[in-house]
Amino acid sequence: MLIFELGNRDRSARAQYEADEPVTDIPEVYLRSEPAGLPEVSELQTVRHFTSLSRRNFSIDGQFYPLGSCTMKYNPRGAHRAASLPGFLNRHPLAPENHSQGFMACLYELQEYLKDVSGMSAVSLTPMAGAQGEFAGVAMIRAYHDKNRDDERSEILIPNAAHGTNPATAVMCGYRVREVPVTRDGDVDIAELKDAVGPQTAGLMMTNPSTCGVFDRRVQEIATIVHQAGGLLYYDGANMNAILGKVKPGDMGFDVLHLNLHKTFATPHGGGGPGSGPIGVGEKLQPFIPTPVVGLRRVNDKDFYYWLDEGDIPDSIGCLSAFMGNAGILLRAYAYARMLGREGMHRVGEYATLNANYLAVQLRKAGFQLAYPDRRAAHEFVVTLSRESRELGVNAMDFAKRLLDYGYHAPTTYFPLLIPECLLIEPTETESREEIDGFVQAMASILREAKEDPDMVRSAPHTMPVKRLDDVKAARELDLSFTSD
Amino acid sequence: MPFIPHTQEDTKTMLDDIGELSIEALFDEIPEDLRNGQLHATPEGMSEMAMLRLMNERARQDVVQMSFLGAGAYEHHIPGAVWELASRGEFMTAYTPYQAEASQGTLQLIYEFQTMMTRLTAMDVSNASVYEGATALAEAMLMAVRANKKSRSKRLLCAGNVHPRYLQTCRTIITNQQIDIQEIPWRQDRGLLDHGYLDGMQGEDFAGLVIASPNFFGGLEDVDYLTDWAHEQGMLVIGVVNPTALGILRPPGEWGDAGADIVVGDGQPLGIPVASGGPYLGYMCCRAAIVRQMPGRIVGRTVDLDGKEGFTLTLQAREQHIRRARATSNICTNQGLLVTAASIYMSLLGDQGLYSVAARCHHNTALLAKKVLALGNVSLRFPEPFFHEVVFELPKPAADVLAGMSRQQILGGYDLGLFDNRLENCLLVNVTETKTGGDIEQFVQSLAHALE
Repeated sequence: MLIFELGNRDRSARAQYEADEPVTDIPEVYLRSEPAGLPEVSELQTVRHFTSLSRRNFSIDGQFYPLGSCTMKYNPRGAHRAASLPGFLNRHPLAPENHSQGFMACLYELQEYLKDVSGMSAVSLTPMAGAQGEFAGVAMIRAYHDKNRDDERSEILIPNAAHGTNPATAVMCGYRVREVPVTRDGDVDIAELKDAVGPQTAGLMMTNPSTCGVFDRRVQEIATIVHQAGGLLYYDGANMNAILGKVKPGDMGFDVLHLNLHKTFATPHGGGGPGSGPIGVGEKLQPFIPTPVVGLRRVNDKDFYYWLDEGDIPDSIGCLSAFMGNAGILLRAYAYARMLGREGMHRVGEYATLNANYLAVQLRKAGFQLAYPDRRAAHEFVVTLSRESRELGVNAMDFAKRLLDYGYHAPTTYFPLLIPECLLIEPTETESREEIDGFVQAMASILREAKEDPDMVRSAPHTMPVKRLDDVKAARELDLSFTSD
Repeated sequence: MPFIPHTQEDTKTMLDDIGELSIEALFDEIPEDLRNGQLHATPEGMSEMAMLRLMNERARQDVVQMSFLGAGAYEHHIPGAVWELASRGEFMTAYTPYQAEASQGTLQLIYEFQTMMTRLTAMDVSNASVYEGATALAEAMLMAVRANKKSRSKRLLCAGNVHPRYLQTCRTIITNQQIDIQEIPWRQDRGLLDHGYLDGMQGEDFAGLVIASPNFFGGLEDVDYLTDWAHEQGMLVIGVVNPTALGILRPPGEWGDAGADIVVGDGQPLGIPVASGGPYLGYMCCRAAIVRQMPGRIVGRTVDLDGKEGFTLTLQAREQHIRRARATSNICTNQGLLVTAASIYMSLLGDQGLYSVAARCHHNTALLAKKVLALGNVSLRFPEPFFHEVVFELPKPAADVLAGMSRQQILGGYDLGLFDNRLENCLLVNVTETKTGGDIEQFVQSLAHALE
């Protein structure tokens, strides 16, 4: 039932506001003539309604969520609590610096930690999501070439396994996209790359480990080829969890990157956001970094944190939002980083990789086909169900939907696009061996069902609040908001 | 090990099954010279208790004074139920609802949010939100350029009295696509857009006109005149509106003869703490005819195999994960958790509650203005009407006055000299429903003291 259908005229949560005198000193022409039509419910009705909606969701707190490339790890409650302290929640974004030293100290230190793990020379925390970090990064590449009056560079190279945001970002920055194929073992095809680079190359965007779930072994050669052609390299940090504390993108030769704090630094996904996508840059791109950035100087023998703005960074690509970014997410990431510390961060990449390799081995033993059987899994790996689809008529989507009935969130389906009938599986380091074993058993059991009763698998899920939904109807007969008549 | 459940036994068993002796062996495909992730700047780890002790110290270090500072982020009462519910793990730790059957809670909630926003703005459709207000405006500008088939230009007219950081953000985001923003000056005497300037733009090709009402100064524009003028010129109208204001003000869907075409703003006032600038949510509504040019996620109601009602992401052919380089935007976030909070907030307030909050904000601002004017040496920089922000002209620079008020534990407002050096002596003050008569009196006394 929709909240609008629960309503009763003139009902509302009366504890939440004081009835007020009508507004008479603003001329009528500016004023609303009819009520908007917001819900008319009591406080208890509201609480029950949203509690009941929450129960119709999978979440990390409730279920194993092996969603490839999304790094659905545990989101520590302690970090949530730290970011929810009144001093942080009630601080106005434009409050003066001398009232904000505690908050700014956290951000400054987070900048330092992110420089440390990425091998970059400067960090800006302001991008509010991975896609905005990508935007900032490619805009900086553009600003760099513009500054050098190198305006023939019109193309961004992107491996065809890349996330959809990469090409969409390149276009938002005014570039054409040229795709570079990957070889059969999942690495970028060096010969094709050599053919593709030239004076038109502005840069290359790449994820490593890639969305194929393997570490590109020739990344340094790729960097050399692109640099020699005069281009710059962008690192999409979506898969940073694989190598946190193990390998630094700066060492691989990347000039700029973003990190998804809602993945690698365990901040909650919130049902689709908020995220946070800080960017790191090497020295070449430092002059173009987006504002604001937190600086540190000594005043009267004490540390004083201050904002670096356009005045301090004249070649900056500019600001990316009304204020400084998703401060609350940055505080959660900072709290997480403090709890993990240096040693904890080394272990993230290690155990994420251990879990993925273990899960890959167990699934192979259970009869599943890995897309890259001769490669090490990174923090994630790809299973292809093209054989099951061909022989049993049960495809990757059917497996995904049936997993929901077993109480597991589905892995990422049909991505990367170049592998048919695939599941991209990422267990993360916070899952126990028992949880992973349970998932393997569920997959094995679905495989049996696919042989014995394929129709049942094809019509899954059977235990969710709804069965498979009619997406065609949803798009053809658009019903995007409720009308009561 | 923090958040890693493996016992030594687990690790050994798992490595045995993989057929390796050490975790390090799992990294053997990575060139050896790259396997040097040594951390130097990152300190050693700490327990949750120690971390919270540190964070408490830091949070206490931040001085939160009684605030009359708005300028894009507004302090309102947030009902206790809002974050109690929004912080439920089932909302907070869910992912984007790609698996619709396992995400009906989030999906229905977004559908309800979309309904609330269309009703509040009197527009046809809403998306599931974008990052925040400034980026919502940038996306609206890009959308107008795509959607306006009459215009061949990649130019937009934008109110010069929109929030200055919104305008800066738009420039950062859209200039890479060779889209030009032309600012409409505001009248020095009224703070409102200069209609005479628009007369000079008659017949020029622009894809859209951006109107902010309330504008950055808190003033109300002649939205009917501006909307009709833009439509006569073949432009799309983009409204930027504070959602609290829509508790009392005429919604953008009713501006002029035909209404605005796209409406955006920051949803922060709807139950989201000011929290240093984020996370907030950017809302985005439009007319039905141009929904396919809308960026971001959109939820639709449909039926399942049994004909039962359900909700799903729809029109995904606009989005980056399907359309890649031809997507309407690279965005793949909606501010799901903030949408949850805002939906609960709007449900608790209802029409009467939102009216009362908006009215109380306005009355409080009017009361404060009356008392400040009675001081004698302060005047209103721009005439009424205003919503819940007002500009005072002071006898000395606002920066000095703010410093003085701060010594009396009052955050007195926004120094407009930072926005425009002609407004050096001007202070932008916001009063919301959170302030009592006593608080307002304290502000006035503090101001009087700072002016001595």
